[in-house]
This record gives sequence, structure tokens and C-alpha cells, in this order.
Amino acid sequence: MNSIEVKDISKTFGDVCALDHVTINFEQNKIYGLLGRNGAGKSTLLNILTNRIFPDSGQVLINGISTTNNDTALGSMYLMSEKTYYPEKMKIKDAYKWTKIFYPDFDETYAKKIAQMFKLNIKKPITSLSTGYTSIFKITIALSVNTPFILLDEPVLGLDANHRDLFYKLLIEKFSDHPCTIVISTHLIEEVSQVIEDIVIIQDGKIIRNESCEALLSKGYTVSGSKTIVDTYIQYKNVIGYDSLGGLKTAYILGEINKSTLPDGVETTKLDLQRLFIQLTNELGDDRNEFESSL
Amino acid sequence: MIIDLKDERPIFIQIADGIEDAILSGIFTEESQIPSITEFSVNYKINPATALKGINILVDSGMVYKKRGLGMFVTKGAVEKLREKRKEQFFDNYINNLIAEANRLNISKSEIVLMIERGLSNE
Repeated sequence: MNSIEVKDISKTFGDVCALDHVTINFEQNKIYGLLGRNGAGKSTLLNILTNRIFPDSGQVLINGISTTNNDTALGSMYLMSEKTYYPEKMKIKDAYKWTKIFYPDFDETYAKKIAQMFKLNIKKPITSLSTGYTSIFKITIALSVNTPFILLDEPVLGLDANHRDLFYKLLIEKFSDHPCTIVISTHLIEEVSQVIEDIVIIQDGKIIRNESCEALLSKGYTVSGSKTIVDTYIQYKNVIGYDSLGGLKTAYILGEINKSTLPDGVETTKLDLQRLFIQLTNELGDDRNEFESSL
Repeated sequence: MIIDLKDERPIFIQIADGIEDAILSGIFTEESQIPSITEFSVNYKINPATALKGINILVDSGMVYKKRGLGMFVTKGAVEKLREKRKEQFFDNYINNLIAEANRLNISKSEIVLMIERGLSNE
């Protein structure tokens, strides 16, 4: 089976604990969403997976074999990251040629084809590109390398709405034609919520959620209405957060909704991924109490 | 056919319902081919597993069938079957909700009947 197994990985930078005993499996032919606040440990995890940085303890296995100094295992993964490792002044079309040497399954014709769709001029040097086009350049490679594992760290950084739309369509098309394991780390949660199958939420270096996106969403709902009615209703329920405005209150709840026990005068909606994420990862420091006092 | 993330129904149900609507309104006629899983997922930017789950509901209920290597087609007689199914759901989906809202607004029984008659005469 083609899977990435992360076993009990820990990593500290100085006195900051970036990953704290992380254990997770990325299964074959699934699209994962890796979500977390800034500094949660997403990029550190992706960099450790691809052996760009080394964990303090724990190991990463591909098909049961450790990735440490294992070129075959590392060649089966492609990480599109914030950093670009190509030499300055190198032209995009030359970067494609070099990629082919490191990733033999790289499809240069396809890369050029999608570059054209994004109107990326491949005769330009990589360093001359804007933020958006630097992302597009990396996307054209990531979607053409044809490795069993594609890891995308903030793939849509700086992309306009049209280009993001094109990217998601090409990604799904690629995944349908050549099934592979894709991990997308992003802050644009709403946009990926329907693209991903499984969701991994990381907070303060720990994995706090790892399940199917649909299962997670089916568990959450919101109840809003007058404060007294909502407060009575949410007793003994798993409330992950709430907003209040005057006498109105909206509670975010995890659990099955039982419509027959709902009191009159309250409204319910399903919880979308973005709101669920915000509630799950809110910390005391940026709580609404502080927000209220600053008003 | 529109996929709405804010909709109470999960995406795969929306896909199944959307195809049913298209069959009922004659956009996908009986014995004609419907778009593939890839076409649905790319077009609506949804995970192929979700699209598959939606279409499988229709395969299981016999509304569409697979032709090996060719794709998926609308079953003969699907329109009639769907009409029957939707009629059964009509009471739950529309009449119950109508009465609930009418009660909240204190609309009397005779007023509801009058409104339905007015609606029918506007047709």
C-alpha cells in the first residue's frame, strides 16, 4: 500500500515546540486538507515528511520504509513549498528541463500546456515573477510531476479568484486521471472544503482532528435565538463556541441534531468548515471577550 | 444544477437531487448519457469520491445504470418512477412546512385554502 506513516514525530526550534508527538497516516489516493492557524506546525510537518528538515524524534515511513536518506522514497513525493530552490536567473522552461532529471515522470508537455492556460510566460526568469505567478509556476510543476504523493503548502498564495478556480479544476482533473495522494495546506478553508476528502487540523504542534470532512461537518450545527432559550437548550451539549449580540445568542455545537427536541423560536443551520475551524482553534488570547472590550 | 455549501443537505445528496431534477425536467432524457464522475467533480470543484457517492444513490435506486466502458445512462422509465417518489415526498417537504409557517403567522385554514386557490388560478 502506498501510504505515508508519520510515527511520533517531535520537533522543537529553540524553546518553541513546533510538533509534539505527531502520529498520522496519509492513505493512498485521497485528497487531504491540512489546516491550522499561522505557526501551528503545518509547514514543519510537510518539510519533515520530505526530509528537508529533521525531526528530534520519531520517523516517517513510506510503504513501511524510513524516508531518512532514502532517495527512492523521497523521489515519490513532491513538495510545493514557500521556498523556491531554483538558481536565480533560471528561466521557467529550463526549470522544467531540470525537474525532469529529478522526477523522471514529470510531463513537460502538460506543464507547458497548463502554463499557457494560466498565461505564464515560460521564457521569463523565475525571480522576475510576481507572488501570484511564482505560485502558478510552482503549481505547473506540482501538477505535472506525477509522483504518488503531492504535498502543496499554500498553493494558491497570491492567486486571483479566476486562477484559483482554474487551479482547483486542474487539480481535480489530475486526481481523477492519475489518482495520487494529495495534501493541501491552506488558509482558504471554504474553497477547499468540497475538494478535500479528509481533514487534518493541527494546533500548537498537535493534531486535534483527523477524520473525513463529511463526517466532521455532519456533526456540527448552530443554534440561534433568544439568549435564555439557547442557554437552556445547550446545557449538557458539546458547545465549542458562541457569539452573542444583545439578547441574541448563537451557539456552535458538536453532536447529532435532534430536531424533535428543539425548542420553539430557535433557528438551526449546519456548520460550515470555516466556522467549525474558527471555533475549534480559537484561543483565549483572541477570544470574543477581548474583542468586546475593545469595542 | 447548483451546489450550495450553505445548503443543509450534504454535497453528495445535492448532486443526486440535481441529477433527478435534470431527469424530471427533461434535460437528461431516458436512455441518454449523463456526465461522468470526472466531469461532475471538475465542473463543481468537488472531490470525485463525493460525486461518486451522489451518483451511486441513483444507481442503487435504479434511476441511472452503468454501461461498462461507456459511462452512465438514464434508465428507461426513470421519469415516471421519480414523479411517484417526489409525489410521496411532496406532503413532507411542502405541505408540512406550509402548515408550520402558517401556524407561526396565525394564518387560518380558510386563508390557506384561499391562497392555494389564488396560486392555482395564477398558473
